[in-house]
Amino acid sequence: MATAQAHTETKWWSGGKSPFNVEYGKLMMWYFLMSDAFTFGAFLISYGTIRFSQNYWPDPNAVFNAFPLAGHANLPLAFVSLMTFILIVSSVTMVLAVHAGHNMDRKGVIKWMIWTVLGGLAFLSCQAWEWAHLITGDHAVMINGQIENIGTTVTMNPWGPAANVAAQAGEHVGTPGPVAFGGYFFGITGFHGFHVASGVGINIVMLIMAINGTFERKGHYWMIEKAGLYWHFVDLVWVFVFLCFYLI
Amino acid sequence: MEHAIQEITFHHEPGGKEVVSKIIKTTVILSVITLIELGMGLGMYAIPMAAGLKLFLKGVIVILSLAKAFYIVGVFMHLGEEVKNLIMTIVVPLMLFVWFIAAFLYEGNSWKNLRNTYSPKQAVTAPAAPHDAGEHH
Repeated sequence: MATAQAHTETKWWSGGKSPFNVEYGKLMMWYFLMSDAFTFGAFLISYGTIRFSQNYWPDPNAVFNAFPLAGHANLPLAFVSLMTFILIVSSVTMVLAVHAGHNMDRKGVIKWMIWTVLGGLAFLSCQAWEWAHLITGDHAVMINGQIENIGTTVTMNPWGPAANVAAQAGEHVGTPGPVAFGGYFFGITGFHGFHVASGVGINIVMLIMAINGTFERKGHYWMIEKAGLYWHFVDLVWVFVFLCFYLI
Repeated sequence: MEHAIQEITFHHEPGGKEVVSKIIKTTVILSVITLIELGMGLGMYAIPMAAGLKLFLKGVIVILSLAKAFYIVGVFMHLGEEVKNLIMTIVVPLMLFVWFIAAFLYEGNSWKNLRNTYSPKQAVTAPAAPHDAGEHH
């Protein structure tokens, strides 16, 4: 195969060619993504540090157990699983768009980019619902001897250990949990959601350029490849957000 | 534009059906790993188990997530097909995470232990002695 031969015989650093065998924009996208990985990594590690420093941390199965239109049914992890699969599927449609681009298949690129954009919008809608549900969903909590109904925000956390209130038989009354829980959850999923939103924006621009035939005139679909790298990175980050906030 | 194309020494073969089947195979692997992770996460919730076993399951879930990351980066982002030099400049700096994670989690744990030892009242974020809350009522 010609590819294998090029690998062994090329002197990459002798000048006159790209030593990494990629064009400039793609290389810079890789380095941007690496730096972005450090940003997300710093956030997640900071979350881990605070979590390790607490004697008590809320159980994600108890916090994330709601599903749209399912009322008060206890469905731990169900909704976030749906979100995860939406993101995986939109990653797959993105790969197929890149593949169609390699084959100069304009119709294929347009079709798969539309699906990718729809997947991104579906994910964002799910996240909007989840945030709204957490912020507005009240829970009875014992604060300074008074029972108050509070939602999950960056300053309030109703997910502490259960309060021992004999008088309130039948109704679950909790205590305030660590405040950092809401701050980290909304901060990190929000930063990820911001990446998804900008990714959807980039993908829409790519879709319009593909429809207008810009890439056809350029003679290549490299821009789709670079947008694809960004989109897959968003999926990659979600793997770790999903791991740190919902699974463990 | 001509110049940019000449800089590239070789192009990857566009490929046909085998690329699509590789994508489908990776999708199946990612979905199955996610389902296993979910099963373990729900198992930890539904089945009462020892803290040690729980920690072990969490470790397995972390390793499975790293496997997912490997497939996304290697196959979907095509990093596996790039020149080795490029792969190394991306992957080697990320090795710093090994130390970051170890050092900071150790730090957090030490923080907790010091507070529990020297300042037990502040150590608890939520009232640990529930009867206190009851008395006020």
